Amino acid sequence: MSTIVSLPDQATAKLPAKSFLNQEYGLKSWLLTGDHKRIAILYLISISFFFVIGGVLAGLIRLELLTPPSDLMATDTYNKVFSMHGIIMIFLFLVPSVPATIGNFLIPLMVGARDLAFPKINLLSWYLYVAGGIFVLSAMVLGGVDTGWTFTTPLSTHYLNTHVVTAAMGIFLAGFSSIFTGLNFIVTVHRMRCPGMTWFRLPLFVWGHYATSIIMILGTPVLAITLVLVALERTMSIGVFDPTKGGDPLLFQHLFWFYSHPAVYIMILPGMAVISEVISTFSRKRVFGYTAVAFSSVAIAVFGFLVWEHHMFIMGVSQYSALVFSLMTMLVAVPSAIKIFNWSMTLYKGSITFETPMLYAFGFLGLFTIGGLTGIFLATLGMDIHLTETYFIVAHFHFVMVGGMLMAYLAGVHFWWPKMTGRMYPEAISKTAAVITFIGFIVTFFPQFLLGYLGMPRRYAAYPADFQVLNVFSTAGASILGIGYLLPMLYLPWSLIYGKIAGNNPWQATGLEWQIQSPPLTENFAEIPIMDHEAYDYEWLANKTQHEVQTVG
Amino acid sequence: MSHISPVLWEFLVHWLKNFAIFPPEASTIAPYADALYFALVGMTVTGLLLVMTMVLVFAIRYRQERHPEAVQIEGSTLLEATWTLIPLGIFLVFFVWGALLYFRVFNAPPNSMNIYVVGKQWMWKVEHQGGQHEINALHIPEGVPIQVTLISQDVFHSFSIPAFRVKREAIPGRYTTVYFQATTPGKYHLFCTQYCGTNHSQMIGWVYVMTPADYRAWAAENTSGASLAQNGERLFASMGCNACHSGNASARGPNLANVYNTRIRLTDGSTVVANEAYIRETILNPSTQVPAGYAPIMPTYQGQISEDGLIDLVEYIKTLDSNYRIQQTLNKSELSSAQASTVGVGKTPPPQGAAKP
Repeated sequence: MSTIVSLPDQATAKLPAKSFLNQEYGLKSWLLTGDHKRIAILYLISISFFFVIGGVLAGLIRLELLTPPSDLMATDTYNKVFSMHGIIMIFLFLVPSVPATIGNFLIPLMVGARDLAFPKINLLSWYLYVAGGIFVLSAMVLGGVDTGWTFTTPLSTHYLNTHVVTAAMGIFLAGFSSIFTGLNFIVTVHRMRCPGMTWFRLPLFVWGHYATSIIMILGTPVLAITLVLVALERTMSIGVFDPTKGGDPLLFQHLFWFYSHPAVYIMILPGMAVISEVISTFSRKRVFGYTAVAFSSVAIAVFGFLVWEHHMFIMGVSQYSALVFSLMTMLVAVPSAIKIFNWSMTLYKGSITFETPMLYAFGFLGLFTIGGLTGIFLATLGMDIHLTETYFIVAHFHFVMVGGMLMAYLAGVHFWWPKMTGRMYPEAISKTAAVITFIGFIVTFFPQFLLGYLGMPRRYAAYPADFQVLNVFSTAGASILGIGYLLPMLYLPWSLIYGKIAGNNPWQATGLEWQIQSPPLTENFAEIPIMDHEAYDYEWLANKTQHEVQTVG
Repeated sequence: MSHISPVLWEFLVHWLKNFAIFPPEASTIAPYADALYFALVGMTVTGLLLVMTMVLVFAIRYRQERHPEAVQIEGSTLLEATWTLIPLGIFLVFFVWGALLYFRVFNAPPNSMNIYVVGKQWMWKVEHQGGQHEINALHIPEGVPIQVTLISQDVFHSFSIPAFRVKREAIPGRYTTVYFQATTPGKYHLFCTQYCGTNHSQMIGWVYVMTPADYRAWAAENTSGASLAQNGERLFASMGCNACHSGNASARGPNLANVYNTRIRLTDGSTVVANEAYIRETILNPSTQVPAGYAPIMPTYQGQISEDGLIDLVEYIKTLDSNYRIQQTLNKSELSSAQASTVGVGKTPPPQGAAKP
């Protein structure tokens, strides 16, 4: 049972004459498109835009925290900056990042379909996203919002006179955008698989997105309802969250975290989905324990709904309910552990090369392991008392979200860049960028674990002087990290014109998307493929390649 | 080192002197929390090393130059079961360990000294039983179990003392409690850790842990002259509470003597424990939980009494209970005997906060 895979000669590759990129021209052909690939590109451009804004805000946060007093900005400004950083990065970048761009592009290709089930709803979801983005931006431009991304009541309802409702409206709209994306994915996976594409022949990327879609559809409406209640409470004082009117201020947090904890799985599961593809491809080996990895995604999606109260252990919830939620949180950690070990084991007896996506994937494995295991600290009831609401939390979720998800996102963007654009990104500089990102990330966020155990509270514009040294490390790291993110934004557009022609399958990957031209035709497949092999079947690929050579010769 | 500019040198020295990396351990909880922390760090390092070793060793041994042919492997149920069950087992150990600590922190022993803390934008108001009032400072004796009862009069705040490894949310309209027992005299950070608006980062203060002798001196010097209960008694009279709660058998309101911590039957047939939360709630919303046998005629005092006033009233009604008064007296004498016993180093350890899940 072994396969030899040799990379094809890229020198002979040519850009296809016809593809989804040159099918039609003009702004209108993009803005009114039903093509999932074009919508994915629209998403890619818009989320990159918001990532830049969120990133600049992060830079401002770190600059302010370089010195103990709040000297760069007034505390109010700082509060607005970190609130906007959170809102933009979570609702406008992380939630749509992989699903709406890479997922949108690839799910029909991977299941062998010509498009998603509802192309117009797909376009509508992008417009909703843009509308949401405009609301959030206008909240920022009109004077900002300082609730934090968590909108905690009664602060957000009674004590602030900033643009809370505008920002909430933006999130509300962006939420519907992700509900529509989830709906489209679920229907597509159920109804539009090509002949022979059974559930257990689906790439793990599709499994990951299927699990994500379930959370999007079941969780996001709760967030929408909660935000509507906040808006009503603010404008009409209906009193749902107001203790003086018999309301319960904690109810808001139950509702909010009922969405927002599963939302972290909306953010990380698609990242895991990317990692499965990348690790398999660059080890030339099928993913170790396909079923375990597939079902662990679903398990995370299901258990993820039953752990929300772990954000509230110190908030006067029943101590016995805290026990239940702590236990459930321990259980939800197990599927992630399974995934990590299965990915590591996939490398065993592989034939490994170290292209940029693989470097990002290695970064993901290390950083996500730290991010995941530090989550156990916070699930441990007695430890959570000391660590919650400190920089330990900040470090933990940045390890998962930035170290995990953003690494996976960049792995995915580099991995499928040849498929999306037909051209290769420059390998040497992108490897450098991957290494810079990794180093910058560690220097930025590792000190924050120590700060957290020291007790430095999060969301502080000013802090006692004894915390300064670690904060200086963190800010220094952030500038390295900034360079790491700036590089792809320069060389990826560059490669659109100057990049080497990629050819159909530059990585010799097995997915259906790699068996067609790059960039694909608008209708994806000239004829609907028939899936006659397992996912990650490198022998099938080797046979096919051999066969092609014979036909040509 | 002479090449470094003196200014820069001073700066570095100053920095390194301020370089905290681990918080002081100053409560009986802290060593337990730190032990748990180091166990968790151990688990993380082990897990990380395991994954890193697998990845690095495989990446080197099976790189394409050395291993051009991948060997396809389906998976292994045995291996997968191993790395499902072992992490699960480890996580469950931490679940139990953490739960024990949690119950210890949030369940104060009955002989604790109670201190009320009201959070408001952007300060901590501390109210001691003896009528000492502080803002953004908390003076406590070492070696005495202390229960802090928290409430917020506006938004969520969170009362955090990193050196004690404890933290508790101050919630609008609801009492929460946290327990600690300081072990080392000194000055420690007090933070608000729940984002609470503009000056969140200025809602900080200091906790002063004092020897019992110093504490008694401080308490005597700083008292306002009237204890919380005495303030409450005054308020009880000035608000006209005693018109109905006069204690007479024919009175329109129930007799409040000895009701604290007893089980009360309500008009709807259910029962409720008359704890601090119940007392506070029946002052603000009397019609919601009326004791059986009484007409719902009490007017609401919502908006008429501050959180501090409510605390005074609650404390007054508590002292109408003889058991509570006895406990208070015992606590006071314990404090003075603790003072006597601090002369030698080998003092008897104060009663531990027994965890009662």
